[in-house]
Amino acid sequence: MPQLRTLAATTTLLTLSGLLAGCSLSGGADESAGDKTVVVATHDSWAMSKKVLEEFTDKTGYRVKIEPNGDAGQLTNKLVLTKGSPIADAVYGIDNTFASRAVDEGVLADYSPKDEPASSSKYTLGDAKGDAQLTPVDYGDVCVNVDDVWFARHEVTPPRTLADLTSSDYKSLFVTPGATSSSPGLAFLLATIAKYGDGWQAYWRKLMANNTKITAGWTDAYEVDFTAGGGDGDRPVVLSYASSPPFTIPKGEKRPTTSALLDTCFRQVEYAGVLKGASNSAGAKAFVDFMTQRAFQDALPDNMYVYPVDSGATLPADWAAYAKTAPDPLTVPPAEIAKNRDTWLREWGDITSR
Amino acid sequence: MSTRHRWRAAAGPVALAALPLAVLAVFFALPLVGMVGRGFVAEGRLDVAGVLSVLGRDRVHRVLWFTVWSAGLATVATVLLGLPVAFVLHRLRFPGRGLLRAFVLMPFVLPTVVVGVAFRTLLTPSGPLGFLRLDGTPAAIVAAMVFFNVAVVVRTVGAMWEGLDRRREEAAAALGASPLQVLRTVTLPALTPGIVAAASVVFLFCATSFGVVLTLGGLRYATVETEIYLLTTQFLDLRAAAALSVLQLAVVTVLLYVAQRTRTRREQALDRSTRGATTRRPARRDLPVLAVTVLVLALLVLPIASLVARSLHAQGRWSLEHYRALATDGGGALLVPATTALANSWRVAVDATLFALLLGLLVTLVVSRRARTRAGRRTVATLDGLFLLPLGVSAVTIGFGFLVTLDRPPLDLRSSAVLVPIAQALVALPLVVRTLSPVLRSVDPRQRHAAASLGAPPWRVLLTVDLPVLWRPLLAAAGFAFAVSLGEFGATSFLARPDRPTLPVVVYELVSRPGEANFGMALAASVVLGVLTVAVMALVERLRLGSVGAF
Repeated sequence: MPQLRTLAATTTLLTLSGLLAGCSLSGGADESAGDKTVVVATHDSWAMSKKVLEEFTDKTGYRVKIEPNGDAGQLTNKLVLTKGSPIADAVYGIDNTFASRAVDEGVLADYSPKDEPASSSKYTLGDAKGDAQLTPVDYGDVCVNVDDVWFARHEVTPPRTLADLTSSDYKSLFVTPGATSSSPGLAFLLATIAKYGDGWQAYWRKLMANNTKITAGWTDAYEVDFTAGGGDGDRPVVLSYASSPPFTIPKGEKRPTTSALLDTCFRQVEYAGVLKGASNSAGAKAFVDFMTQRAFQDALPDNMYVYPVDSGATLPADWAAYAKTAPDPLTVPPAEIAKNRDTWLREWGDITSR
Repeated sequence: MSTRHRWRAAAGPVALAALPLAVLAVFFALPLVGMVGRGFVAEGRLDVAGVLSVLGRDRVHRVLWFTVWSAGLATVATVLLGLPVAFVLHRLRFPGRGLLRAFVLMPFVLPTVVVGVAFRTLLTPSGPLGFLRLDGTPAAIVAAMVFFNVAVVVRTVGAMWEGLDRRREEAAAALGASPLQVLRTVTLPALTPGIVAAASVVFLFCATSFGVVLTLGGLRYATVETEIYLLTTQFLDLRAAAALSVLQLAVVTVLLYVAQRTRTRREQALDRSTRGATTRRPARRDLPVLAVTVLVLALLVLPIASLVARSLHAQGRWSLEHYRALATDGGGALLVPATTALANSWRVAVDATLFALLLGLLVTLVVSRRARTRAGRRTVATLDGLFLLPLGVSAVTIGFGFLVTLDRPPLDLRSSAVLVPIAQALVALPLVVRTLSPVLRSVDPRQRHAAASLGAPPWRVLLTVDLPVLWRPLLAAAGFAFAVSLGEFGATSFLARPDRPTLPVVVYELVSRPGEANFGMALAASVVLGVLTVAVMALVERLRLGSVGAF
């Protein structure tokens, strides 16, 4: 009977998938987070080689469990919402644009490593309460990047400054991720605020009048619209990082085809800290210590494309040549960012959405 | 009728639905109330006026209006374009049909960030379709919504259409009705419940999509969903987010009520074809529908092709480099290789599918009953709508709600492995119910009465009358649920344990970091996810086709 056959086939299928399902529900015995495990909440850009993390385990006896939680903003907000029942022991990846919120909301415990590298004092938050809770780990410069090949082919001098971007010579050439939906986008807005103060809105109006394109994320600005991003875009000026140019070194060659404009950079500093109410605060402290030590600092550029706060750490060779950081980056005091961020973002949204 | 009687009429369905209701309460209502509740409480006091004042803002009105019209337009377009495809893929017989049916589901599992980039690669002024000048316009947003949702219409309506007896249409034609008249007076009325069911699901998916709106609109357009996302993750303005969540819930409830009324009014018992195939070979008169089908397939193929092409490009050359990288941890970038994430996705999808089918069958049995009392009818209608609600509410609200409510005993589930399949099953549940219930509702009740009067106990009636009709849609629903689970990102991103991510979660992580290699891996992983889905669906199709002779 054909009907029976179908029934049999379907039953077999269901049973089979049932067996498979069995594997998944029971197969993953929870490695319970005992005293020897440190849970670290990070942003999604976390990357670190297993070797370095094993070194931490060898040294301290603690195992690290990494929990990525969205971008820096989402990470901070999750910590705020789960205050009192923290999702991790330590946190890494809160940056200077969100640091004050984390400190003000009281999600962190006081802790600073005993022997931080001397150079890291340049990157502290700058207020007593914040400095007692957040330890600088690394920094990165968000800068306007240009496609040198495009400008050479079109025989146009590339722009150099923020003001150049509003010039008619560079009309319809610039693409940037938006400040409300992307953290480099927010960094760029802050760069313009640092540069123009109260005049930033006028600057942005000129930028929009010069047909600047705004995308939702860094990925589609760089990978779709940027001429050197692999997507055959039509805009040779893009907002990216000081560390982006080495990625455009063609295979078999030595020099990148793009460069970062070091007069346009906003400096993002990333911090680590111990969460208030952490179930393993000793382990959390050990991990914060470890992040400031040479082994971890040395591994930062290759794994996360950021610069170590320890000036004695070694940089990759092509970074030293083609991923220089801004000598005099644009900055806005974290407390001022915390106070005005929402207002600035709303005003920015009004200017850019027409 | 006595009160007790009336009570009992309502209690029957509720008892059958007890398990699904409990799941809905814990995994949907509790997190929703927990998160929205935080917005309503300011400095320890309930502040309803504060929340309501948000709804008076001009911006909120603009956002609401854009949400309703963009999702509405996308729904109409999806239905209009999906119906011809449903007809071609479920009523016509031609080689390669099974594969096409499977292919239509591919967009459904592709991660939105990646599709957004694929669409923008086509539409950007220097892209192949740049001349259309669609980049950053609402038209691009609507096109992407159609891309993602056309499968819902094709499969939901198709499952109903393929069981429809052709003799009624043939009779109408024999009596002199033109093909258009047959369609208008016989076919469409019979399909209306299925169409309404599909349309409401599509509308909910469109109204709550946010990656598409942000990426393709270039931040110029805001929907209720993108506002909730920004308010929660950027501004931490829980009050405004709560206000918008309540607004979202209200709009969705009104919509479901209207859909429910339309559907129940049009419901009818249908003659099911019990012998022989309902399909035929394509003929010359099918040219218009075939043309529309080709157009729709082109809409689906173009972005996918651009995605595949780019995934095969590394360092300016054709290469399989990105695919090879899937077995690695991407130079320390990933906690587990993409291949492991794929295995996780597979296991989770099997769990989620079984769970969605179990819950879906229970709910379908309840909501397809023809209640004899008004109270019973109202209960059934409410239950039916209730299980659609999770699709209409922001994944961000629910996701954060999980974090703040399921974190302490007795419900300390934050890091439990069962959360992901359960959450995905809740997303798939409405699709399962929407695929099964129109079919079950169209079973002539007289068949059941006849069986009962011949002495069959209720389970026997179920087995001999309902189940044979339900087999094929059940397989369709299983495939659907599987695809939903493979592609689900919103809830999963909040719930998946970092050491056991699903493939879409890995794709998002890869996309968020710089470097061609990471982006290439994200594309390759998406292609693998899509191809796997098509392969599984094609297999299911074979099973279904093999069963044609049985009915």
